[in-house]
Amino acid sequence: MSSTVISHSAEHHDSHGHHHQESFISKYIFSGDHKMIAKQFLITGIFMAVFAMILSILFRIQLAWPDKEFPILEVFLGKWAAGGRIAPEFFLSLVTIHGTIMVFFVLTAGLSGTFSNLLIPYQIGARDMASPFMNMLSYWMFFVASVIMIASFFVESGPASAGWTIYPPLSAVPTAIAGSATGMTLWLVSMVLFVASQLIGGINYVSTILNMRTKGMDLWKMPLTIWAFFLTAIVGMLSFPVLVSAVVLLIFDRSFGTSFYLSDLVVQGQILPNEGGSPILFQHLFWFLGHPEVYIVVMPALGLTSEVISTNSRKPIFGYHAMVYSLIGITVLSFIVWGHHMFVTGMNPFLGGVFMITTLIIAVPSAVKAFNYMATLWRGNIRFTPAMMFAIGLVSFFISGGLTGLFLGNAALDINLHDTYFVVAHFHLVMGSASIFGMLCGVYHWYPKMFGRMMNTKLGYLHFWMTFIGAYLVFFPMHFMGIDGVPRRYYAFTEFAFMEKWVSVNMLITWAAIVAGLGQVAFLFNFFYSIFFGERAPQNPWNSNTLEWTTPVEHIHGNWPGEIPTVHRWPYDYSKPGHHEDFIPQSVPFSETMSSNFLHDFEGNEEAERIQTEWDAQNKK
Amino acid sequence: MLNQGEQPTDEKLVSRKAQKFSLWLGMLGMFMMFAALSSGFIVYTASGVDKGIKTLLPDTFIYSTVVIVLSSLTIHLAYKAAQMGNLARQKALLFVTLFLGILFFVLQVHSWEVLASRGVYFVNNNASQSFVYIFTGMHLAHIIAGVIVLITALVGVYKPLPADGNQFRMNLASIFWHFLDLLWIYIYVFLLLNQ
Repeated sequence: MSSTVISHSAEHHDSHGHHHQESFISKYIFSGDHKMIAKQFLITGIFMAVFAMILSILFRIQLAWPDKEFPILEVFLGKWAAGGRIAPEFFLSLVTIHGTIMVFFVLTAGLSGTFSNLLIPYQIGARDMASPFMNMLSYWMFFVASVIMIASFFVESGPASAGWTIYPPLSAVPTAIAGSATGMTLWLVSMVLFVASQLIGGINYVSTILNMRTKGMDLWKMPLTIWAFFLTAIVGMLSFPVLVSAVVLLIFDRSFGTSFYLSDLVVQGQILPNEGGSPILFQHLFWFLGHPEVYIVVMPALGLTSEVISTNSRKPIFGYHAMVYSLIGITVLSFIVWGHHMFVTGMNPFLGGVFMITTLIIAVPSAVKAFNYMATLWRGNIRFTPAMMFAIGLVSFFISGGLTGLFLGNAALDINLHDTYFVVAHFHLVMGSASIFGMLCGVYHWYPKMFGRMMNTKLGYLHFWMTFIGAYLVFFPMHFMGIDGVPRRYYAFTEFAFMEKWVSVNMLITWAAIVAGLGQVAFLFNFFYSIFFGERAPQNPWNSNTLEWTTPVEHIHGNWPGEIPTVHRWPYDYSKPGHHEDFIPQSVPFSETMSSNFLHDFEGNEEAERIQTEWDAQNKK
Repeated sequence: MLNQGEQPTDEKLVSRKAQKFSLWLGMLGMFMMFAALSSGFIVYTASGVDKGIKTLLPDTFIYSTVVIVLSSLTIHLAYKAAQMGNLARQKALLFVTLFLGILFFVLQVHSWEVLASRGVYFVNNNASQSFVYIFTGMHLAHIIAGVIVLITALVGVYKPLPADGNQFRMNLASIFWHFLDLLWIYIYVFLLLNQ
C-alpha cells in the first residue's frame, strides 16, 4: 500500500517556473508576457494617435477657415463649437491635448512601450522581461493615464489648455482660464500615472538588457535597436523624476496656496495672495525633463530604422560603433541643453551662450547618424519594403527638421524665431514626423513577429506616400510663416492684419493634413484586417540576422521552445563575401561559415585564427 | 548555513540579480527627484535676499536622524540574523526597525508642528521655507513605501519563505531602508548648509 506519493519539493515553489493553462484574462488582459504587453501598448498607442490626430484636424479647420461656420462641428462638440465655430478656449485645449498625447502617449509610451517590450527579450535572447509583473503594471498605469487624459474632454470646464508644457501661472491658477480648472487637475493626475508607468517600464528595460542577455551576447554584439532602447530608458529614468518634482510643486501651488511659481498676480480683477514665486523655476525643472524627452521620443525610432535600413540594404550598418557612440553622445548632451528653450526668459546672455554651444554640439552625433544611414544605403542591394520606405522617410525628416535646429539653437536668432511657427515646423519634422515614421517602420517590419501574419504591401506604399508628402506639405510652409513672425497657438489669423495673408497657406496646410489623415485609414485598415486575414508569415520574412527571427511564428511562453540560442557574431553580417546566402543570423557559429570568415572576426583569438588560416590554405585558391 | 533547503535554479538567480539591479535603478530615479528639488531650492533661494530658510531647523530633526540611523543598524542586524537562519531574532529586529521607522515618521511630523509654532508655515511667500516641508514630506512618502517593504519582509518570515527567498527579500529590504536613511542624511545636511 505504498501508492501515496508525497512531494515535498512541490511546496515553497515560486510561481515562476509554472506552466499552467492560461485563462482569457491572464492571457489577453492582465498578461505578464512581453509580447502581449507590446501589442497592448501598440494598440493603445494607435488609438491615442488617431484621437490626437483628429484633434489636430479640428484646430487645423479653425486655422484655415477662421470665419466660416461648420454646423457639423456643433453636432459633435456642442458648446465647444457653438454656431459651428470652434470656441477659443477649446482651440487652446485642442493644441494642448494634441501635444500631450502625441509626445507622451504615442511617441513615448506607444513607441518605447511597444518595441522595447517586443524586442528587448527577443533580440537579447531572454525568456521575458526581468519583472513581468512590473511590466504589466507599467502598461496598466499607462492605460489608466490614457483614460483619464481622454476623460478630461467630458468635464464641464473642458480639458487642460495651458499648452503641453503647462507653464505656470496659467496652469497653477485654477481660475485663470476654463482649462486651468478640473481639466488641468485631470492632466496632472494622468501625467503622474504616466510618469510612474514610464519609470517602472524603463527600470525593467535597463535591468533586462544588463542582466538577462543570452550566452555570447556581449554589449558590442547587441543590435542598435537594443542600444537605442537602453539609452532611451536611461534618459527617461534620469529625467522623468525631475518632472515629478516640478509637478509636485505645481500641485501644491494649485491646490494648497504655496508660492513656488506664483507671484504678483491679478486674476479676473482679484489680487492673488501668492508672492515671491518664480515661474522661471518651473521652466527650468520642466525643460530638464522636456528636452531629454525629445530624445526619448526620437532615439528608439533611430534604433528601429538602423536595423531596418541595414536589413533592407543587405549591408552591414555603416559605422556600428559610431552609431552607438553617437547615441551615447546624444544621451549625455540631452541633459545639458535645456536652456535653449528659455533663451527669451531674460536668461543671462553668458548662460545663453553656454546652452547655445552645447545645443549646437548635438548636431555632431546627429550628423554622424544621418551620414551613416546614407552610407549604409550607398550601393546597397535595396529592397523597398514599406518598412524601408518609412525608415528612409525618417532619415529625410531627421535631416530637414534637424537643419532648422541650428537656427533655433542659436541664442541670437531664437529671439526672433521663439514661439513662432518656425518652431512648430522644426519639432514636427525632427521629432514628430521622424519618430512617427520610425514607429510605423517598426510596425511594418515587426508585424509578422507580433501577429504571425504579413501586412499588405500595396496599402503600405499608399500609406507611406500619402503620409510622407502630406507631412512635408503640412510642415514645410510653416517655416516661412515663422520667419515672418507668425506666433504659434493663435486662434484666428484674421484678427491680425500682418497674419491675414497667411490664411491661404493655412488652407493648403489644412487640406494636406486632411488628406494625410485620410491616408492613415489605409494603415488602420491594413493593420486590423491583417491581424485576422493577412498572409501567413514565414519564420524569417526579411532574411534578418537578429535573434527574434529564430523563434517560432506561433507565440509561446518563454519565446524559444528549447534552449535559448547562443550568439556568435554581431547582428549585421549581411552580404558577407564568400557566404552562399546574403545573411548570417547571429546564432550561426563561425565554424559553420568557414568560407566567409575574416581573421578579424575572431577578435584576437589566436587558436581560431590558426584554424581559419589552415582552412583557407586548403580550400581557397 | 542552516536551513538552506534546495538550491535556487540558475534562472531564478539571474532573475534575482535583475530584481536587485532594478532596485538600484529605482533608487537612482528617486535620488534624481530629490536632486531636482535641491537644485530648485538653490535657484529659488538665490533669487532674492528675502529668500532662504531664515530659521534654525528644529532639534527634533536631530532626534529623528538618530532614530533612523539606529533603524539602519537594526535592519542590518535583522539581515544578519536571516543569514544565520535565526528567524526569531530576525523577526524581533524587524519589529524594532518597523517601530523606529514609525517613530521617525512621528518625529518628522512633530518637527512640522515646531516649525508651524514659530510661524514658519507651509503656505508661505518665502517658498524656501515651503521647500523644507516639501523635502521632508516627499521623504516621508518614501518612508511609507519603506514601511510597506518592511511589512512584506515580516510577512516573508511568518509565511515562512524558504531560507534563500527570505534572505533575498531581507537583502532588498535592507538596501532600500539604508537608502532611505542616507537620503534623509543628505536632505538634513543640505538643509543645515542652507539654514
